Amino acid sequence: MITVFTDVSWSPYAVGIGIGVLSWLSFLISGKPIATSTSFAQTGGMIERIFTGEKASKRPYYQKIKLNVNWQMMLVVGVVIGSFLSAMLSGDFKTGIWVPSLWAGAFGDSALLRVIVAIFGGIILGFGARFAGGCTSGHGISGTLQLAVSSWISAVFFFIGGILTAHLIFYVIA
Amino acid sequence: METKTQTPGVVKDKRPLFYGLGFGILFGFLLHKGGVTKYDVIVGQLLLNDFTVLKIMLSAVVTGMIGIYFMKSLGWIKLSLKGGSVGMNVLGALIFGVGFAVLGYCPGTIAGAIGNGYLDAIVGGLIGILLGTWIFAVMYPKLKDGILKMGDYGDITFPRLFKVNDWVVVVPVAAMIILLLLWIERSGF
Repeated sequence: MITVFTDVSWSPYAVGIGIGVLSWLSFLISGKPIATSTSFAQTGGMIERIFTGEKASKRPYYQKIKLNVNWQMMLVVGVVIGSFLSAMLSGDFKTGIWVPSLWAGAFGDSALLRVIVAIFGGIILGFGARFAGGCTSGHGISGTLQLAVSSWISAVFFFIGGILTAHLIFYVIA
Repeated sequence: METKTQTPGVVKDKRPLFYGLGFGILFGFLLHKGGVTKYDVIVGQLLLNDFTVLKIMLSAVVTGMIGIYFMKSLGWIKLSLKGGSVGMNVLGALIFGVGFAVLGYCPGTIAGAIGNGYLDAIVGGLIGILLGTWIFAVMYPKLKDGILKMGDYGDITFPRLFKVNDWVVVVPVAAMIILLLLWIERSGF
């Protein structure tokens, strides 16, 4: 029984079913679907508010999503903790890894290059997540499982954009 | 316009925050066990070499969908749907997809990657995502009545769109996802 928790990985189906059951509980107990990307926008707004105060609070988008610590933000913090716990229990916690091996195989092991590209990718991802109104969890899992039209279209186009870009990066640019 | 929903002096209920944290811990634990806190697994999916991401997502959707619609039919829960439009869910999602491949994590999995210790997620990706959402917030007044409204269809579901009973959609969608997963397995992925 204990070895289940110390295994580095589980069957993707066990994980998927687990996430599905978690979504039942999240609806039943909190009345909310599992989602993450709004929290990044709220955090960004709170950081701007430290520097510009009113100017940030008055932005129409921040008035719409509201800048306060909420359920979803705590969920994102929980994801960091949960992943850390699983990684520690299974001896998979990484220290000093700046460059993923797949990236290193194509573009070398420069940490600076990888970080610059990651920042650039993050900007596009964060912008796109708010543009689409959700991400791989909010649209891709929670929205599709509710059979929302907006979420099915988003999930399909997340992967169309992702698959085309990944092929361009690894088979054309590299 | 302000509406007062709280009595002054009464402390706001903090329990939802603890539930959120608890769900997050379980979600993060599962994401790590599934391997999707790793760049190589996520980009492996986008390169169509490794189908872990799709297997996790599709089995979560089948499981979640059946339970959610069952609980909805009993009146235990209400759906919580996102509105959308062609502008948001085609153009926005394509932009997201580009970022997904360039970064190699998405907003949920980057939180998991941070917990897993990956430094490119902490130093690079997290800063980038925060910046990207901020740029969107700055541009929002210019976008909200234009491209974001283009081809608006609101927060409709497929059963409502087709004007049928929920299960008329749930059952075939579940069957199709299961067949797709069987096909992925049989193809050797």
